[in-house]
Amino acid sequence: MIQGFFDFLGDPVNWRGAEGIPTRLVEHLAFTFVSLLIAAVIAFPIGLLIGHTRRGAFIAINTVNAWRALPTLGLLTLIVLLIGIGQVPVIIALVVLGIPPILASTYAGVSGVDRNTIDAARGMGMTGREILTKVEIPIALPLIISGLRSATLQIVSTATVAAYVALGGLGRYVIDGLGVRDFPQMLVGAVLVALLAIVLDLAFALLGRYAVSAGLTGRLRKNVNTSTAPAPAGAN
Amino acid sequence: MSWVGDNSALIWEQLREHLYLALIPMVLGLLISLPLGYVATRFSWLANPLVALGGVLYSLPSIALFIVLPAILGTQILSPVNIIVALTIYAVSLLIRNVIDGLRSVPEEVLQAAVSVGYGTLRRVLTVDLPIAIPVIFTGLRVVTVANISMVSVGAIIGIGGFGELFTTGFQQDFLTPIVVGVVLSLALALVCDIALVGLQRLLTPWARVISPLKEATT
Repeated sequence: MIQGFFDFLGDPVNWRGAEGIPTRLVEHLAFTFVSLLIAAVIAFPIGLLIGHTRRGAFIAINTVNAWRALPTLGLLTLIVLLIGIGQVPVIIALVVLGIPPILASTYAGVSGVDRNTIDAARGMGMTGREILTKVEIPIALPLIISGLRSATLQIVSTATVAAYVALGGLGRYVIDGLGVRDFPQMLVGAVLVALLAIVLDLAFALLGRYAVSAGLTGRLRKNVNTSTAPAPAGAN
Repeated sequence: MSWVGDNSALIWEQLREHLYLALIPMVLGLLISLPLGYVATRFSWLANPLVALGGVLYSLPSIALFIVLPAILGTQILSPVNIIVALTIYAVSLLIRNVIDGLRSVPEEVLQAAVSVGYGTLRRVLTVDLPIAIPVIFTGLRVVTVANISMVSVGAIIGIGGFGELFTTGFQQDFLTPIVVGVVLSLALALVCDIALVGLQRLLTPWARVISPLKEATT
């Protein structure tokens, strides 16, 4: 079995063409980023609005709870049966799954900004918009990135499952391998998806480290506690 | 609705499967992460690496874990053991952080008081530290339970998935009813288990229901 796994990886046929590993990987990344982008474009402004005005918090909290309980395979099959087989319905499902973590963490980050900080900003003559872009968003950035990370991991994982309802990407190896009881092929798909998730997870951890203002993390100062580790993201 | 009536035996069977696939890992995860978390608070250098490892393991997609585990454990790919081990790994990955945070939230004065009235380590940990850590641990336990219930369904792709089998059946037959029923039942099950855990937490922490200075100190 392990031998078969390496045979599959070692076979040059599996590195070429429409069913080759590079193509599947690029497909998987493309589905992930398109879905993440659409989800972010929808969720981010709503999260900012709820966080800034501090109204409608119950929506943010409840969507994320329902999101966690929502069976992804159920959502996928439901949307595909309603709309039809193809890439668009699957991307819709991935977007639906990407929205709640981004929305909730943006809301939590922005609404969690200390009242005194906002009062100070207002006292300096900042307008509402300036407070949002120059104070609230930078301070909320660690949480916003952590939300993007949760959403990404959820989407990567669900995009794999989506091969079941006919989508390209690395999940194809899992589903196609299952169909013909080719276990090494399934293992290749599973290992590649797991590696992809770990790499993306690390990328977001790095992003969180370098995108956040040094004034907040004290990254450029010495002897300052830099504990901004976000909550673990993923598992889906 | 008549479809549900016609298939009630099947649905009960799936409910049973769904519950044990989701809840056994929750219990196992708790049994593993409690001693592990305690060790990590005793030897504090262990805490950060353990939480970081948990973060990495938690980022693994469930379908990948369901398939990689048989290669590691030597189990059959269609064995429910894979699902249970995978969900236990997720449970431990997430709970370890809450157990450590929970045990660390115990005020130092309380520990000293327990020691000074003659509590041994084991008795102190079980009757003082653990109860005080319950709210923080239960926060993690609720997330684990709800996430597990939703993840069990993914197992349907490899043939073991409780209500998830309603999704594969519905998809293969191009039939919406089982899918809608499956989504609703899955959400309802998550809600019921979550409420049950909140109830259990209230039972286990009777002091939280009265206003106490202890609560203010730990929150």
